[in-house]
Amino acid sequence: MLHYLKSFDAGIAETLVVRPVSRRAFLGGSAAVFALGVFATRGDAFPTWETGATGMPHGLVDDPLVFVSIDSDGTVTLVAHRSEMGTGSRTSLPMVMADEMEANWDMVKIVQAPGDEPKYGNQDTDGSRSLRHHIQAARKIGGSVRTMMQRAAAAQWEIDPAEVRVENHACYSSKGNVLSFGELAEAAMAQPVPTHEEIAYKTEDQFRYIGKGEVQITDLHDITTGHAVYGADVSLPGMKVAMAIRPPVLGGKVVSYDAAAALALPGVVGVYPLPEWNAPAKFAPLGGLAIVADNTWTAIKARDLITVEWDHGPHASYSTGPYMEEMKATAEQKGNVLRGKGDTDGALSSAAARFAQTYTQDHMAHIPMEPPAALASFADGKLEIWAPVQSPYTTRTDTAAALGLEPDAVTVNVTLLGGGFGRKSKADYVTEAALLSREVGAPVRMQWSREDDVRHSFYHTASAERIEVGMDDSGAVTAWRHNSVAPTILSTFAPDPGYQFPVESGMGQIDVPFDIANISCENGQAMAHTRIGWFRAVSNIPRAWAIGSFVGELAAEKGQDQLTTWLELLGAPRTFDPAAEGLAEGFWNYGEPYAEFPIQTARHINVLKMAAEAIGYGKELPAGEGIGLAVHRSFVSYVACAAHVKVLEDGTITVPEMHMAIDCGFAANPERIRSQMEGATIMGMTVALHSGITYQDGAPQQSNFYDYDVVRSSNFPGKVVTHIAPNGFDVHATGVGEPGVPPVPPAIANAIFEATGQRKRHLPMGTSV
Amino acid sequence: MARLNVNGETREFEASDDTPLLWALRDDLKLTGSKYGCGVGLCGACTVHVDGKAVRSCQTTLGDVGAAEVTTIEGLDAEGNHPVQVAWRDLSVPQCGFCQSGQIMQAAALLTENPKPSDQEILDGMSGNVCRCGCYQRIVEAVRLASTGS
Repeated sequence: MLHYLKSFDAGIAETLVVRPVSRRAFLGGSAAVFALGVFATRGDAFPTWETGATGMPHGLVDDPLVFVSIDSDGTVTLVAHRSEMGTGSRTSLPMVMADEMEANWDMVKIVQAPGDEPKYGNQDTDGSRSLRHHIQAARKIGGSVRTMMQRAAAAQWEIDPAEVRVENHACYSSKGNVLSFGELAEAAMAQPVPTHEEIAYKTEDQFRYIGKGEVQITDLHDITTGHAVYGADVSLPGMKVAMAIRPPVLGGKVVSYDAAAALALPGVVGVYPLPEWNAPAKFAPLGGLAIVADNTWTAIKARDLITVEWDHGPHASYSTGPYMEEMKATAEQKGNVLRGKGDTDGALSSAAARFAQTYTQDHMAHIPMEPPAALASFADGKLEIWAPVQSPYTTRTDTAAALGLEPDAVTVNVTLLGGGFGRKSKADYVTEAALLSREVGAPVRMQWSREDDVRHSFYHTASAERIEVGMDDSGAVTAWRHNSVAPTILSTFAPDPGYQFPVESGMGQIDVPFDIANISCENGQAMAHTRIGWFRAVSNIPRAWAIGSFVGELAAEKGQDQLTTWLELLGAPRTFDPAAEGLAEGFWNYGEPYAEFPIQTARHINVLKMAAEAIGYGKELPAGEGIGLAVHRSFVSYVACAAHVKVLEDGTITVPEMHMAIDCGFAANPERIRSQMEGATIMGMTVALHSGITYQDGAPQQSNFYDYDVVRSSNFPGKVVTHIAPNGFDVHATGVGEPGVPPVPPAIANAIFEATGQRKRHLPMGTSV
Repeated sequence: MARLNVNGETREFEASDDTPLLWALRDDLKLTGSKYGCGVGLCGACTVHVDGKAVRSCQTTLGDVGAAEVTTIEGLDAEGNHPVQVAWRDLSVPQCGFCQSGQIMQAAALLTENPKPSDQEILDGMSGNVCRCGCYQRIVEAVRLASTGS
C-alpha cells in the first residue's frame, strides 16, 4: 500500500520507471556513513532573498505536500513542474530537494506535473528562471520533509526531535534505532509542515548533490535507448494524424481550394479550414487548411495534392532588403530617448572625435530538433492534451478559450521537449490539434513539418542597432548613443505600437554598464510584418552583437587591444546605480528586484579576464588567426566569450577553440552549466554564421536545413572550455539556459577582424570571409 | 500488407511500399525512438540500420528495405548497453535528447565500419546528424570513448 503525503493529480504522466531498490540495500548502505553529523542551527545556513518569482502569474509554491510523496518502500517521488527542454531543470530542482531532504538519489522518482499553476505556481519555462526562481523553494521543500521525518521518528521513539539524525534516507537515534523514510512516510504525513525558521538547513559543506555536478539527468537512460517520450511519441487508440497548409504570408486567407484528389486518397478523414488569424492573435493558429488522415504518411501525401488560392493580406509587401534599409535609416535618426544620462547631444557635438557604426540582424527561427507536435483528445466536453510545451498552463487556458471550455475541463500533460528555445512557449500547434479533435471526434496528433516550422515561427526580431561615441583628445569615450530599431514582440499581444517595450529595452540596451558620462539610449519605430516572438536570449542577441562588435571596432580605432578597451569602458568596479545613470524610473531587470540582483561590473570584469586569460589573449598567432572577446550580462548572469578563429585558405571560418566564463551566482549543477555553455557556443556560432530568415513579398524564403542550416560536427567550436566563477550559496543562483548565447557572435566577429582585417556587421555573416 | 524484419522480429502491418520506413516504424510499429526532424535526410534524427548500415529512415521506403534487417535504437542492444550507448551515458552527452537516437545509431554504424576512426573520420562521419542543443563536443568524445575506451 502506498502512503502518499498527498495524492497527486491523476493526470500526472509518469515517464520514469522506478528502479527497484531493496529495503535491505539502502538500510545497509546508510549504516556505513553514520557519522555525517547534525545540520546547522536554524535559519543560519540559509538566509533567503526576494526574487521575481512572486511576481510571476500564480507566483511561487513551496509546499512540500504539493511536490513530494513517499512510498512505503522508500521511493521518494518528486514533482518537476518546469518543462524539460535540455537545460536539465527537470533533474536539477529535484536534486536540490533530495539533497536538503537527505534522500538518496537512487530512491528518487521524478514525475512531470501537468499544467496546473494554481497548484504548482508559475510553470513558464523560459527567461532562464527555473533555478533562479525555484532553488530556494526546492531547499525549503526538501528541508521541510527532512524535518517532518525527524519529528515523526522522534514521536515514535519519544525523544526530542533534535536528537534524531536524518541521513541517507533514514532517521537515527543515538541509541542505535533506525527508521527508514519508507517506514516513516505515513507518520511524517501527519506532521505539520514546518516554517522556514523551524528548519535546520544544511550548510554548504554538507551538500551531497548540490554544487557537485555528479548527478546525471534523470532521462539519460531513456534517451540513449529510444524510450524517452516527446510530443509526437504519444498515441491513443483511434488516433488520427493532422498536417496543415498555412498561409504563406502572415494574415493571409484561403480564397478557394481544391482538395478532391486528397479526399480520394484511402485513409484521408477530411480537410478542414482552420480559424482565420487576426492581429493581435497572441498564440492563436495561423489559419489555412488542415488535413486529417489515418496516419502521417497519408496526411503528407494528401497535403501535397491540395491546391489553394490565397488572399495574402496586408503583409504581402514585406521584403527584407528594403525593410532593412528602412530600419538602418531610422537608426540614423534620433529615436525616443529611453535612458538619458548627462548631455549626450552636447558631448557628441563638442567631442574631439566621433565614431559610429550600425549592426544588423535578420530574423531567426528557433528550429528545435523536434518540430511542433501535439496530441489532443476531446470527448464528453473534456479536452486532454499531451504536448511538448514550455508554458503548460497557458496552453491549458489558450486551448480552453479556443474551444469555449473552462480551464478545469482541460488537462495538459507535458512530455519532454525536443528543444524549445522559446518556440514552444507559444502553443498554436496544440490549439490546432484541440480544434481538430473536436471536429473529427477522435484523438488527433497535429504534426508540423520542418518546413512548417521554418516558415511559420514566432520569429526572433530583425534589427538595426546604431552606436555612436564621442571621444576627448585622449581618446576617452565621453558620450554614447545607441539607437535600437526592431519590430517588437508586443505586436504579437497588442495592436502594434512599432516601439519596443521595457522587457526588450532592458535586454542589454538601456542597461549598458559602461562608465561613460553621457549616455543616450534610444528606440526608433519599426512595424512588425511577421509574428515576432522570443528566441533563446531574445533582444540580448542583437544588443551584444552591436555593443560587443563596436567595442572591438573602437579598440582598432584607438589602436588598443580589445581587453584594454573593454576594461576602459567598464571602468572601475562598481555597482550600477540606475538613478544616477539616467534611469530614474528604474528598468526591467529580468523581473528581479534590483537590490538583490544589481549590475555589478566587477563580475563583468572578472569573467572577461577569466576567458581572456584562459585562451591566452595577447599571444602571437599565425596569419589568418585571431582571438575575439566579448562580455555580456543577461538574465542576471554574466558571461564572457573568448573565441579563437582560424580562417582557412578558402575563406572558411573555423573556431578551433572557445572559452566561456560564467558567473551565474551559486552553481547548483556545474555539469549542466557546462553543457549549457557548450551548447551556447554551438548556437552562438550558428547565429553568427547561418541563421537568417529573409522575406520576399511577405513570405519567408527559407524552408529546411538545405537553406537554413546550422553548425554541424564538420565545423563547430572544436574545443570549448567552460570556466565557472566560484560563489557561495549566498550569491544568488541565476539561470544558464540563455546567457551563454549573446557574447558568442561578437567574439567571433572580433576574432575574424583580428584574423583578416575584415569587419562583419550583419548577422548572419555567412560561413566564409 | 507490408512485412518488415525489425529488431530480430518479423512484423506485418497494413502499409504501401512507398511508405517511408520512418513513418512505418513510428506509426505502425510504435517504435518511436527514431525521430522525425526534417523529412529530407539532412538532420539524421531518423537514422536506423538496414543490414548494419546507417540509413535515413525518412528517405528509405518499405519497398527499398524489402527483406533486409532493420535495427532501430530500441533494438541496438537488448539491455541498452551497446558501447556507444554506454559512452553516451558516461559522458552525459544529451541535453534535450531528441536527436540522440539518430546520433547513437550513426555512431554505432560508423564504428562497425571503422572500429578505430581518427578524429577527422569521426567529425566527417557524424556531420549529417544535427544537434540543435549543441552537444557535438561530447558526441565526438563519446564516439572516441566507445572506440578506444578513452
